[in-house]
Amino acid sequence: MSSDTIALGSNGHEPSYLDYKGKHSGLLGWLLSTDHKRIGILYLSALTVFLLVGVSFGFLLRLELISPGRTIMDPQTYNSIFTLHGVIMIFLFVIPGIPAVFGNFVLPILIGAKDVAFPRINLLSWYLYMIGGLLAVISIFLPGGPADTGWTFYIPYSVRTGTNVMLALFAAFTLGFSSILTGLNFVTTVHRLRAPGMTWFRMPLSVWSLYATAWIQVLATPIIGITLLMVVVERWLGVGIFDPALGGDPVLFQHLFWIYSHPAVYIMIVPAMGVVSEIIPVFTRRTIFGYKFIAFSSIAIALFGSLVWAHHMFTVGMSDTGQFIFSFLTMIVAIPSAIKVFNWIATLYKGSIELAPPMLYVLAFIFLFSIGGLTGVMQGVLSVDIQVHDTSFIVAHFHYVMFGGTGFGFFAAMHYWFPKMFGRMYNQKTAKTAFWFLFIGFNILYFPMFIMGWLGMPRRYYDYLPEFQSYHLISTIGSWITVLGIILMFYNLIRSLKNGQIIKEKNIWGGETLEWQIDTPPIHENFYEIPVITSRPYQYKNNEEVLTHKEHK
Amino acid sequence: MDKHETSAEHSHGYGIYILVWLALLSLTAITVAVAGIDIGRFTVATALLIACFKSFLVLNIFMHLKSESRSFRVFVGVAIFFLAISFILLFADYSFQ
Amino acid sequence: MISTQAAEVHVHRDDVGSRMGMWLFLFTELLLFGGMFILYSVYRFTYAEEFHRAAKELNTVVGAFNTAILLTSSLTMVFSIIAIQRDQKSLSLLMQALTILLGLFFMVNKYFEWTSKFHHGIYPGSDELLSRSSGEILFFGLYYVMTGLHGIHVLVGMILIAIMSRFTIKDLITHDNYVRLENIGLYWHLVDIIWIFLFPLFYLIT
Repeated sequence: MSSDTIALGSNGHEPSYLDYKGKHSGLLGWLLSTDHKRIGILYLSALTVFLLVGVSFGFLLRLELISPGRTIMDPQTYNSIFTLHGVIMIFLFVIPGIPAVFGNFVLPILIGAKDVAFPRINLLSWYLYMIGGLLAVISIFLPGGPADTGWTFYIPYSVRTGTNVMLALFAAFTLGFSSILTGLNFVTTVHRLRAPGMTWFRMPLSVWSLYATAWIQVLATPIIGITLLMVVVERWLGVGIFDPALGGDPVLFQHLFWIYSHPAVYIMIVPAMGVVSEIIPVFTRRTIFGYKFIAFSSIAIALFGSLVWAHHMFTVGMSDTGQFIFSFLTMIVAIPSAIKVFNWIATLYKGSIELAPPMLYVLAFIFLFSIGGLTGVMQGVLSVDIQVHDTSFIVAHFHYVMFGGTGFGFFAAMHYWFPKMFGRMYNQKTAKTAFWFLFIGFNILYFPMFIMGWLGMPRRYYDYLPEFQSYHLISTIGSWITVLGIILMFYNLIRSLKNGQIIKEKNIWGGETLEWQIDTPPIHENFYEIPVITSRPYQYKNNEEVLTHKEHK
Repeated sequence: MDKHETSAEHSHGYGIYILVWLALLSLTAITVAVAGIDIGRFTVATALLIACFKSFLVLNIFMHLKSESRSFRVFVGVAIFFLAISFILLFADYSFQ
Repeated sequence: MISTQAAEVHVHRDDVGSRMGMWLFLFTELLLFGGMFILYSVYRFTYAEEFHRAAKELNTVVGAFNTAILLTSSLTMVFSIIAIQRDQKSLSLLMQALTILLGLFFMVNKYFEWTSKFHHGIYPGSDELLSRSSGEILFFGLYYVMTGLHGIHVLVGMILIAIMSRFTIKDLITHDNYVRLENIGLYWHLVDIIWIFLFPLFYLIT
């Protein structure tokens, strides 16, 4: 079997990808780079900015809600801010998040490849992401004001309102295209570029996750693409599609919207689960329990996740039959996720647990995602959902899974791969402090929302009855603690880029996957020689030594 | 994995493609003819069935799906399955309203 | 395709991977149009009678003729690939040109169809259309959007084939490096398949 080896220099010392000088140098060397690692960093930089903007909007929303009546903004502004908060967080952070940053950086390395299948398309994905982000930002400032429809753009309001819905729709469409190209790239990469000996069942679990996610990106995203395009056409040309005034069916919009947007939440969570599966073995010094179950569960989540979308629509007037079917399927989709949680916990059991920062985020993930996931199952029960739909209960649920789940997974990945990516170590004490602020703040911020939602507090409401005041007060205080944690976390990491302790060793965590066998930071083509794989990943023995299982030819 | 694999192994003569083309044209003619006959709901079903068969021919012969590796066929199956399931579940709502 | 910057390294080609990427892209197109077919099917189900009435305004002969044109263009596309496989550059270029020409005929027909409709006052937002029933408004809304989007794809396809012709002339596409032509061919066939479904659903439900 050919192994497409490249030996550039017999000593094997090459500059890292950060110092690499290709066709272009300086800033252009980054903006025109097709190196998956540089593209991952480009994404990371942009994503961090968008995350902080999204967080700021959330912060402002909570400030407004600290007491009934007007606090700092008028109702129109409030509507726009929760719309933007949703659009930015979902389309610019949570959906691209882990695949675009860590998938890009780490996926080729994990399978023993030099890059992804289509490096130039990878760069195009980033440019599309930036254009989408730019369009979203511009929509805030142009006349008409930012969209106020909520990130869900429901008909008929989205064709009636005079705010900048068109720009927001184009932004979402462009971002969708970026996501599609990334998905397409990853599927091909996993099929075609695995190193010799890297069979499917020797792939790290994060690769399985990214692969399953990539399929959802390819198949589901076009549906929202066309749906948003329809709204554009309806607004612009008055074509009758969804508008009830022209005979259209607004519920049909909701169906099409959620046919993508439900699988989208699996685009959000499955990569984070992959990160968890990646990190747990390292910090418990144990082989992951139930590798095949975890691998297949990623595929199962992708599959079943495309069957449940109408559970977002239980109160719109669907047929009873439709409601029963979707409720039933919603119960089923929880099962593969639960399988993962059980396997992770089984891995932890009798493991030699080290509470390094990545591990703290991972443990928090398991706790927070379980709460989020279980409340999701609650909502899948029809009678419960009639009560809690469109209340803060839902808001709490999805923040537990998207923020407590994907967000914390993203932070875990950052703390795990940061040393490898930058050759620097952050201050671990500060990282842990930031973690605790985040974790405690998070629960104070969101848990009250479950209670007040149950008691009837509607979501997306600018004003509320005095009986909910104390919950809102607690929640807003929680938001301050959370934001403190986020700021401290990013401050620590960003500062460490320049001032952190320099790391040259290949394997500071004792990991058992390919990225820990290569230079820190990696060289341009990742490997001096493409490895030949002879065994499965995560082979820890007796909780002690780290076995290297890769032979180099 | 032979990365230099090209399509050489499925370079047919022109013949089969002309045959498929003729079949496609005939099927189109049949669809038009059937549309003129009033058999109620079955007109649409027949037209769609014929369209599916035409697509099958285009996919397998013109697009060489038949001679690609199995994963390609699985991929196409997955994509079609996703579209089909969306239709089916959607009608789980609409046909019972 | 993995290409590297370092000069002493041989560039690896992966034609199978290249085709795989194209197929994945085609799935996105399939689902893009699929979403609209979903819309169509629900409205057709709800407004069966009105769809039936509206469809009578479309010309079945032109529609069938356009179908034949696209099917033939798929044939010429396939021929262009066989020709290049056999190192018959001029024949391949001729076939590519024919494909573009057939695409052009298709678009010209479409143009006449649409302008004739406009002439009769049937276009989105027109008084004539809005005076009709919901089902008819929806039928024509879908008609314009779906055939319009399809038409855009035909145009893009024609441009892409023209680019491939340029590559062929410059020997960037040759008898042992023609995966790009194959990929554009795949795209063109998909555009054909979409029309295979559009035709009966809009023109033949009378």
